[in-house]
Amino acid sequence: MAYFQMSRLALKWVFAKPVTSRYPFEPRQAIAGSRGRLVFTRDTCVYCTVCAKKCPTGALVVNRAQKRWTIDRLLCITCGYCVEACPKESLELTTDHGSPTVTKDREFC
Amino acid sequence: MPALRDWGMPALVTLPMSRTIIPFGPQHPVLPEPVHLDLVVEDEKVIEARPSIGFVHRGLEKLVEKKDYVEFVYIAERICGICSFIPGPTYCQAIEALMNIPVPPRAHYLRTVWGELSRIHSHLLWLGLMADAVGFESLFMHSWRVREKVLNIIEATTGGRVIFGSCKIGGVRRDIGADAIRQMLADLKKIEQDTRDITRVFLDDSSVKDRLCGVGVLSRQDAYELGCVGPMLRASGVAQDMRQLGYAAFKDLDFEPITRTEGDSYARCAARCQEIFQSIDLIRQALGKIPDGEIAVKVTGNPNGEFMARTEQPRGEVAYCIKANGTKNLQRFRVRTPTFANLPAMLKLLPGCDLADVPVLVLTIDPCISCTER
Amino acid sequence: MTPISQEQTLELIPVDKLLERVQAMHQQGYRLVQISATRLPDKLELTYSFALEGRVAQLRLHLVDDVPCVPSISSIYWCAFLYENEIHDLFNLAVEGMAVDFKGTLYKTAVKYPFGSTKPPVAKAGTATATSAASTPAPVPPPPSATANTR
Repeated sequence: MAYFQMSRLALKWVFAKPVTSRYPFEPRQAIAGSRGRLVFTRDTCVYCTVCAKKCPTGALVVNRAQKRWTIDRLLCITCGYCVEACPKESLELTTDHGSPTVTKDREFC
Repeated sequence: MPALRDWGMPALVTLPMSRTIIPFGPQHPVLPEPVHLDLVVEDEKVIEARPSIGFVHRGLEKLVEKKDYVEFVYIAERICGICSFIPGPTYCQAIEALMNIPVPPRAHYLRTVWGELSRIHSHLLWLGLMADAVGFESLFMHSWRVREKVLNIIEATTGGRVIFGSCKIGGVRRDIGADAIRQMLADLKKIEQDTRDITRVFLDDSSVKDRLCGVGVLSRQDAYELGCVGPMLRASGVAQDMRQLGYAAFKDLDFEPITRTEGDSYARCAARCQEIFQSIDLIRQALGKIPDGEIAVKVTGNPNGEFMARTEQPRGEVAYCIKANGTKNLQRFRVRTPTFANLPAMLKLLPGCDLADVPVLVLTIDPCISCTER
Repeated sequence: MTPISQEQTLELIPVDKLLERVQAMHQQGYRLVQISATRLPDKLELTYSFALEGRVAQLRLHLVDDVPCVPSISSIYWCAFLYENEIHDLFNLAVEGMAVDFKGTLYKTAVKYPFGSTKPPVAKAGTATATSAASTPAPVPPPPSATANTR
């Protein structure tokens, strides 16, 4: 049986830089390829409602008559199915995760 | 005396004076998820354990009647948050078997790679929880530090950290490019080195060994009879690993199930430590052999018939029974999760152990309650 | 590595043959993989899955009674008590002689027996006649749409 197996690891980390970051002051570096926030481009959208039909949680609601695209950020699971379905490439998933939501309102675009 | 549920057994009021009932859970420092045990204790020895689960029953199995079978991949993926990837491909595998979908070989290999990555992250998570249960806080932090690197690989290749969302019926949704593969192999080298440092403490250090050796010995016979699965069964000496069925790319890869003979908590810990290195090796083999080509095929039609798909999750064998009747909604979707199969063994292990060892014993089955209750 | 054999067999058996067949499975060295129930419009279907290495053997029961009842196999496979309690709590199936009987408290669901009984869901609460109510001592479960906690 061996004793003090941890001491080697502990000593190494006494002198190494911390792996944690001071989060609110030092934002997390986004990882390329991450599915983050859904971003909508208004100019190219034709309001075909395909994204709303594909949305598994019902977070997207699109009104063709009023030309209104809305999202409930708290329902969105950033699966990316709407991005794959969009014929005009108006939707995009960015790698950052956005700021926290303070209200439960739907977001109008 | 705490109020107890009626179990249809001799009334507990007639307990001798020396016996006490100690409630364990549903909220307890070592339990990440709610499970409750009534421990009948005499002095410091546990005489009997009575479980109670069902605090978080979600009824996901019922949802098949509302969601169509393609959309249901999402729900299947969310059955478990720490086996994360494997429920998705298991569900897809069952549907693909029913509909005879020829899944491209590259998709099989990608599923294998992600499945093994999720096994590594799940085992590192368990090692951390185990260190926490034996009171070794700094080891817990170090285990999760290494796990973070695995999660970063997962996020870079699939887009999600815990719910990968990269599997669909007929293949996968994302490809891993050549650069990403090189990066992954380089990261895996670092992860392997770090894991070696950590597992050395788990397997050799006297203070950890004192808490694990000889605690909760499960014989080979008992483990098989009680229907144990996964590392729990292999630590008792039964070489059973569902990856031997050769699903996904495992038919082309070279591996042997890791078995231990002692059957105690230390053996279960050691089996999981070795499985991390086995998974790293499997990923390297898979990435070395990965064929080029398509990653998904188009799926048309509806499934019909019955199939039981079995795969190896980090916690053991999982069985998905699917019954379809030719419509887009499945008739029945039943999940037998590994923790459900390991619970009876935990109940057999608890009587006779010290009260202080209860957290260790509960953790050695690697309980994942939310996936047990679907 | 070469994959091990993965054949699946399914056999329909009558209820009174169950214990005998399960005993035979146990003697052949099979382990219990799972017990699952499916509610079909006219019956409740129980499937017992056993496995020996890669091979899977399934036994199937069809229960058509109003209040179905099966013998417990937990005297042969002790671990079966969890599955049987689960099926009792979700499907309203009486299982006789379970090794550990939770008496319907394993799952704390908002709706009793959420996965229903063998009786087809009643369209309106008022249409159930007095005779059918008398023949079913257990409360008739609500239609499946009332399942708790699911979106």
